[in-house]
Amino acid sequence: MPLIVPLLLAVVLFCLGVYGVLARRNAITVLMSVELMLNAVNLNLVAFDAWRVDQLATGQTAAVFVITIAAAEIGLGLAIVLLLFRGHGHADTDRARDLVEAE
Amino acid sequence: MIVGFVAAGLLAVVAGVLVVTSRRIVHAALWLVVALGAVAGCFGALAAEFVALVQILVYVGAIVVLVLFALMLTKAPTNPLKDLTTKRSPFAASVAVVLALVLGAGVVLAFGNEKIEPVPAGAASDVGAAVFQTWVLPFEVLSVLLLAALIGAIVLSQRPGPSAEADTEAVAADKAADKAGDKAGDTARDKAGDKAEDRA
Repeated sequence: MPLIVPLLLAVVLFCLGVYGVLARRNAITVLMSVELMLNAVNLNLVAFDAWRVDQLATGQTAAVFVITIAAAEIGLGLAIVLLLFRGHGHADTDRARDLVEAE
Repeated sequence: MIVGFVAAGLLAVVAGVLVVTSRRIVHAALWLVVALGAVAGCFGALAAEFVALVQILVYVGAIVVLVLFALMLTKAPTNPLKDLTTKRSPFAASVAVVLALVLGAGVVLAFGNEKIEPVPAGAASDVGAAVFQTWVLPFEVLSVLLLAALIGAIVLSQRPGPSAEADTEAVAADKAADKAGDKAGDTARDKAGDKAEDRA
């Protein structure tokens, strides 16, 4: 298989994530787009691991680590989104201009 | 192998487009399941079975469920929303397209002629040995990071509970009592002074 195929797929997924982060309004959909971008990075890592036939499995180990970090990120991100919703009554990234709780 | 990869990749791209363009938030979250599952299929086609299984386990099993719970807790509407994407979405699309062209051109120029030989080196035993021998220090650091994320999420989602309110009330009551005591003392002193003046 040409190496270019997984790399181009990763490029497309990453740019879909970029579009989602820039264009989406709900904070949870922004987080979902971030997950797409992290998946593109994982695809790159695994593809280069298969290309180099790495004895230390560097790419696959890094992919597993990135998945773990993504889990931590989405946990904290959703906690922040819920805090925003509790304080302001919405999860809209355009209207969330301050971090203090609305009185 | 390449047929499977291309099929899974096309599915991932279609599902990813629907994730970022769907007008229903819950549908977007469910399309995310399809996209992440298809990426797991790509990992499998690249002979990385362990990463594919972890992807399904963690992403589809945990992260998407977490996202769906967050959607329920923020009372996300299930009907199609017109204003789910902002007005500047054409600008966002142009940024994404330009970035895709730049990255794609760079990737093609750099790795256009390289090939991947199908070597099955992604079994759980291989990755497990690598994690617990070569990469054991980053692995331990990652456990600390997960603990920090756990504590952070707990602290963020903690409401000011009744005990905290009781504490503040107790402090306020103490302050009120102090003030009252001061006033009482003042009046007593004033009275005593008055009496002394009267005697004089």
